[in-house]
Amino acid sequence: MVTLRLENLGASYGRHEVISGITTPVFLGGEVVAVIGPNAAGKSTLFKRIAGLIDGPGRVLLEGSSKGRDGICYMPQDISANARLTVYESVLLARKQQTPSWAVHDTDLARIDDILAALGIDALAFRNLGELSGGQRQLVSIAQTLARDPEVLLMDEPTSALDLHRQMQVLGFMRQLAREQGMIVFIAIHDLNQALRFADQALVIAGGSGQGSGPCEEVITVDMLRAVYKIDARIERCSQGAGHVIVDGVVQETAMLQR
Amino acid sequence: MSVADMSTPNRSATYRGLVQKKRLLLGAFVVLLLLSLLLDLALGPASYSLGDVMHALFRPDSAALQTRVVLWEIRLPVALMALAVGAALSLAGAQMQTILNNPLASPFTLGISAAASFGAALGLAFGLKLFPAAAEYMVPLNAFLMAMLSAMLIHVLSLRRGVSAETIVLLGIALVFTFNALLALAQYFASEQAVAAVVFWTMGSLTKATWPKLGVVCLVILVTLPVFARRAWALTALRLGDDKAASFGVNVRRLRFQTLILVSLLAAFPVAFVGSIGFVGLVGPHIARMLIGEDQRFFLPASMLAGALMLSASSVVSKTLIPGAIFPIGVVTSLIGMPFFISLILGSKKNAW
Repeated sequence: MVTLRLENLGASYGRHEVISGITTPVFLGGEVVAVIGPNAAGKSTLFKRIAGLIDGPGRVLLEGSSKGRDGICYMPQDISANARLTVYESVLLARKQQTPSWAVHDTDLARIDDILAALGIDALAFRNLGELSGGQRQLVSIAQTLARDPEVLLMDEPTSALDLHRQMQVLGFMRQLAREQGMIVFIAIHDLNQALRFADQALVIAGGSGQGSGPCEEVITVDMLRAVYKIDARIERCSQGAGHVIVDGVVQETAMLQR
Repeated sequence: MSVADMSTPNRSATYRGLVQKKRLLLGAFVVLLLLSLLLDLALGPASYSLGDVMHALFRPDSAALQTRVVLWEIRLPVALMALAVGAALSLAGAQMQTILNNPLASPFTLGISAAASFGAALGLAFGLKLFPAAAEYMVPLNAFLMAMLSAMLIHVLSLRRGVSAETIVLLGIALVFTFNALLALAQYFASEQAVAAVVFWTMGSLTKATWPKLGVVCLVILVTLPVFARRAWALTALRLGDDKAASFGVNVRRLRFQTLILVSLLAAFPVAFVGSIGFVGLVGPHIARMLIGEDQRFFLPASMLAGALMLSASSVVSKTLIPGAIFPIGVVTSLIGMPFFISLILGSKKNAW
């Protein structure tokens, strides 16, 4: 089984340190990890650092992997591409990156058929990227990432452009995929209720450093919401048993009160 | 659980069909190109039938001496140069547009052609050699050196931190204005005769083609093409955005740098030999993109074929417009290509960019 642990991880752009000293417990294959925190907390940078796209101090300890670093796939937020490529071509492209060969095998195509069908976008297969809506682009981006057969998936706000129905479908699908294929799926997400519903673990990032990690219900607490998000909130259980954040108001900061 | 509610038809068969269509389209391009080449060879002050041309090409020993000399010594290098230059400039433009993510990028708009023109003018107007060489090669060598200088300038500036693809395009446009001003200055100080030579050079003309020059342009294509072919998937990925390409494992900065160097070579040599025929580098790739898409496995050959066909067809037209006169090919390319290009853009329902 794939396991991943972060040890004292840091990263900087030039002299500007964006994240530092992030250490986590061991994450196991099959788990969904919600990465939460305020805007500009360093979530994307953390993902890029884990994927090896930027350098920095500390270690990413990956064990039980058959593909090594290649198995760690990062899905960026940017979905603005307007290239004259069809959805199908763009997903195939993602799969073929590791080989310089021009040949496309039937196994590659079969895998892409499966992924497009599973995400419900096979009807879009031969539309150009430029013709897609924001939500459709996000689904295509997920398809591109899955086409690389990841073992560890780092998804940067994969549901930000999706309607509620699609959010539920995609997050449910990702959790199922994690369970079935023994993947570790990290999802940077702002909706804490979705995190509570779909994630097993949570990792809180604020100001570039880790502010706690562990099982969702233990991490997403009233105290954490007050300290990290500066909001007063309650966490109650819905009739289905899932935790639910109910926001009461914004914590009044002293600086603002003095003014 | 599958997120899909509907039945899942087989998309891979459709994909294979589309690939087949693209191959046929490339084949059609090749056929058109050969036809254009034959016409180009047949037309001129002395007009030959297509049969005569074929005969002289494939069985030169039994052809009439005059026909053989005209075809092999005069027309063939010029006609093939049209293909090679068209292919090279269009390929250069295609990759510039790819790595800079900008539909306006081409050897023309990035100042490489303007720099070459200035270099040529220095030689033509003042006999100034930027590099010691035989007099015959003074002008092309000057043009080449200035073209490379401007390309290097863009490289160096683009290596600075925080310089985006958009900035590079802006820098290129600044270079265009700078070199055009220098060119005007050179013309201002030059003799009347020299000004005429410079003006003719900047119009672009294939008549300066010779077998050795053709060999050099072909060599440049042969050197750069395999590199692009090997990076076809990565280059296509660049068009999904820097972040996406990087997440696929593409070293974006390095690929952009390597490509810019190769593109400079591809643009500098043809411009040095035949003058500035800039339009092909901008339009050839757009035609290819609209017809065949941006999968580089097809976009690469399609761009080259589109560029080669454009120049070859322009060469044919430049000879037929007024019998006996040969118009400068650069002028013809722009005048004929422009209406065609505009109709393509306006007629296309899908946004190219």
